[in-house]
Amino acid sequence: MQIDLSSHIVKVYLTLKVENAGSTPTSEVLLSFPPTQADHLATVEALVTKGKRKKTTLVRLDVKPTELPDAPNDAKYFTIYLANPLKSGESTTIEILYLLTHSQEPFPAEIAQSESQLVYYRDSALILSPYHIKQQTTFIKTPSTKVESFTRVEPSNRAGTEIKYGPYEDHPPYSFSPILIHFENNSPFAVVEELVREVEISHWGNLQVTEQYTLVHAGARHKGVFSRVDYQSRPTLNGASSLRYLLARLPPRVHSVYYRDEIGNISSSHLRTDSRKSELEIEPRYPLFGGWKATFVIGYGLPLQDFLFETSDDRRYLNFTFGCPLLETVVDKLTVKVVLPEGSKDPSAVVPFPVEQHLETKYSYLDVVGRTVVVMEKKNLVPAHNSHFQVICLLHLQANLHACGAFDVGVRVLLVFRGLCSLPAHRSFHTQVKHRSIRNKKIANSSKLSLFRLQ
Amino acid sequence: MSNSSTSDPLKPFKLKTKQQELLIRVSILCLVYILAFITRLFSVLRYESMIHEFDPYFNYRTTLYLTQHGFYDFWNWFDYESWYPLGRIVGGTLYPGLMVTAALIYRLLHFLRFAVHIREVCVLTAPFFASNTTLVAYFFGKEIWDSGAGLVAAILIAVCPGYISRSVAGSYDNEGVAIFALLFTFYLFVKAVNKGSLAWGLASAFGYFYMVSAWGGYVFIINLIPLYVLVLLITGRYSMRLYVAYNCMYILGMLLAMQIRFVGFQHVQSGEHMAAMGVFFLMQVFYFLDWVKHMLSDTKLFQEFLSITVTCAVAAGGIALGVGMASGYISPWTGRFYSLLDPTYAKDHIPIIASVSEHQPTAWSSFMFDFHILLFLFPAGLYFCFKRLSDATIFIVMYGLTSMYFAGVMVRLILVATPAVCLISAIAVSATVKNLTVLLRSKNKVAQIGSTKGTSSAKASSKASLDQSQPFPKNGAMALLFGAFYLLSRYATHCTWVTSEAYSSPSIVLAARGAHGNRVIFDDYREAYFWLRQNTPPDAKVMSWWDYGYQITAMGNRTVIVDNNTWNNTHIATVGRAMSSYEDEAYEIIRSLDVDYVLVVFGGVTGYSSDDINK
Repeated sequence: MQIDLSSHIVKVYLTLKVENAGSTPTSEVLLSFPPTQADHLATVEALVTKGKRKKTTLVRLDVKPTELPDAPNDAKYFTIYLANPLKSGESTTIEILYLLTHSQEPFPAEIAQSESQLVYYRDSALILSPYHIKQQTTFIKTPSTKVESFTRVEPSNRAGTEIKYGPYEDHPPYSFSPILIHFENNSPFAVVEELVREVEISHWGNLQVTEQYTLVHAGARHKGVFSRVDYQSRPTLNGASSLRYLLARLPPRVHSVYYRDEIGNISSSHLRTDSRKSELEIEPRYPLFGGWKATFVIGYGLPLQDFLFETSDDRRYLNFTFGCPLLETVVDKLTVKVVLPEGSKDPSAVVPFPVEQHLETKYSYLDVVGRTVVVMEKKNLVPAHNSHFQVICLLHLQANLHACGAFDVGVRVLLVFRGLCSLPAHRSFHTQVKHRSIRNKKIANSSKLSLFRLQ
Repeated sequence: MSNSSTSDPLKPFKLKTKQQELLIRVSILCLVYILAFITRLFSVLRYESMIHEFDPYFNYRTTLYLTQHGFYDFWNWFDYESWYPLGRIVGGTLYPGLMVTAALIYRLLHFLRFAVHIREVCVLTAPFFASNTTLVAYFFGKEIWDSGAGLVAAILIAVCPGYISRSVAGSYDNEGVAIFALLFTFYLFVKAVNKGSLAWGLASAFGYFYMVSAWGGYVFIINLIPLYVLVLLITGRYSMRLYVAYNCMYILGMLLAMQIRFVGFQHVQSGEHMAAMGVFFLMQVFYFLDWVKHMLSDTKLFQEFLSITVTCAVAAGGIALGVGMASGYISPWTGRFYSLLDPTYAKDHIPIIASVSEHQPTAWSSFMFDFHILLFLFPAGLYFCFKRLSDATIFIVMYGLTSMYFAGVMVRLILVATPAVCLISAIAVSATVKNLTVLLRSKNKVAQIGSTKGTSSAKASSKASLDQSQPFPKNGAMALLFGAFYLLSRYATHCTWVTSEAYSSPSIVLAARGAHGNRVIFDDYREAYFWLRQNTPPDAKVMSWWDYGYQITAMGNRTVIVDNNTWNNTHIATVGRAMSSYEDEAYEIIRSLDVDYVLVVFGGVTGYSSDDINK
């Protein structure tokens, strides 16, 4: 078990070697969490290696939250469904990654500008398990060598940025030995309290993305004064824990990027583009210290043919990333709105994880009946949620014209005009979609690969 | 059109000379309309689509409130966020014309399904009205001189820096709309005087109403028009046309203006508006005398009657005014009005008016900066006006002279003078160019046609007279014409340069050149305001010098102690004292004002000279 505390998102890698000690074959493995952790759990993934030696590939396993009636102390469970049932006496290795947010508590809770930020992390030296543990070792990686204190559960020792607990032998189910680590963590605790992403599909060939952020520095609260002169002259010493800039990773071929807030443009941003990705480095108007807030909007346009494709049954689908493009950021509440072109019908969304969905109507430039908006909401997101989702809808030119039959002549003329304007775009879909879809597969593959490299 | 040899297929498209002229005129006007708009967009291109300066932020905030809450809430708005703990009755202390105009444009655009933000509407309101002003200038010029002068006036006013300074994109201030309203009212009134029609008088009354709702400068109209009427009466140009125009405009305009809460009953109660009322009664006396003169055929009897009536009327008026003043029914002139008539008045009596930099007397350099060649063309235009005196030219002469005087007293009133200067200069340019071209043409014609007697007698006589005085009239005319065009082109380049360099800075964002020639942007004001907005409690009270009041309430969304609407001098003085005392004394004052945050601008580190230490 490895716990990575180097940023404010806690990454836990579990390598479980599971043995079926029972008599019947089983395909389910239970994973349990104490309720305090379960609340902050952003994502759980389980993988299993297949193949031998060099040809190993990783296969993702299904993980689902389950309720057990006799759970001690309200422990929460996740069930991992193995691909092949495990026979009696057999064993397999499962790689598990889970991410915890809001799990490092700043102590002291208030610091001045020149102080660095110390945090508590609470966990157990032994993993909470409904099974008997034969042997366990836990490694905890801290961001720097500065560790104020840590709970000793023998055998345990510390070397550099790593604290090692264990190996512990033969513990009964639901063993728990709480540990508390007090260490320095100056990585900015960037938390987006609310993010609204609006993806607007325009048949003029553009995909307009508007993202409204409410950013907060969730670290130790700032105390006393903020001196800009000190901050400017020696930034590493004064304001080590401040949030200076953020990096947003945007899709390639991004254009017309803007970065502004309610009172106007924010001039401190840089955009770097190459053929594979675009990076937008943004600085808030003021450096964020603990407890400080900033709201801002990022917007950009993307070429439509990179994201909109056609299915075999003449429907169109949008393929776009779900999560927040900012790196190393926790999003407490994310709302993704997909604004479909006027006149589109039967929208449905395919998202790889459970989200709340509903429909809205939005009026934009020259709209008559309004545009259908697919709204998806999810809480507690980490960058690992940046997977693709699809919105499928039906869009017929005829439907467009039928819809406007009820309206007066002027409106009809307007719509016909707009329909005519969007005709060339429709035609070009047919030709472009074929090779785009191939490319799309490639992208999907590469995203999978990168996901595996993470483990 | 020009090629007449291939006539057959083009024949239906061939235009007559009159139609050609109309086409040229309309296309020139369209181009001027566009030019006036786009020359004001420098600030948007250089910086961004944002509101400039100080007062526009208040206007923007109120417009936002108007669009969000509707007109009645806006009209009855009590603003707790300014002048803490007094508050401000916003609906009763502002000129709503600008906000209502912007809100109407916003509604219209949304009705037409243009999902624009109200900020963009506010930013572009001033350029839009500047474009409309060029059209009004054209018609005004046409009314007082001819369509040529109108065209030149439209071109001159489109780029004149004196006007651009207050109407670039983002300077969302009353003046941006008010200059349009001012010129429009004057145009309608002159039209009404020329036509003597009730409809035009009614239109001018509505124009006046719009002006009253938009800007406090309406006092200029309500004093200039009576003065003009008085001059016409004295010079014996009294006519029925004047009677209809003035009475209609005054009565209706006054009644309409009373609907604006900030103006209220000032038209009958304030000393500044009494001139109009006096002239109104004088008109009645004149009408009565006219009638009596018509009835009485005996001139001697009439003379006697005249002297008695005039004495009685003047005495009655004087007594009424005296009683009104003494009883306090008619309020005396305000400080700003006094300081206009006597430039030294403000310095001695009302330091807060004198402290504002735009209330200072104008320097010659800024006249030159804002008017360029118009400054020399203005007297020439006056000469032409005097040469061809009519009701309309008398009006423009009076407008020009009075507004020039006021422009000399206060820098900001250059704005009021600009339309008059442009119109009068346009008359000069148009008349000169016309005379020169007539000279050139007649010469050519004479040379070509020879003995034909087609030329009119006026042309012939002018040619004859010029022939006598000058040896090379044609060459001289050509040289003068080139000189005129050279000067005008210099004017155009100067205007563009001034607009881009001097008048297109939002003054909130400062731009400078870095060591490597790159553009460095100082955005510290907005940084501070946005920090206040995001990281202070919503009911926090912020103290600062009054300059920043409007910006703190608009961008920081926090309560301020004083702001740019300097209506309570005691309050301002208290804050000023707190700002300039020693810290422990200041702390007491600040505590007594229940202040949570103090905003101080310090430019010592970056070398920004206009900070609070410099106040």
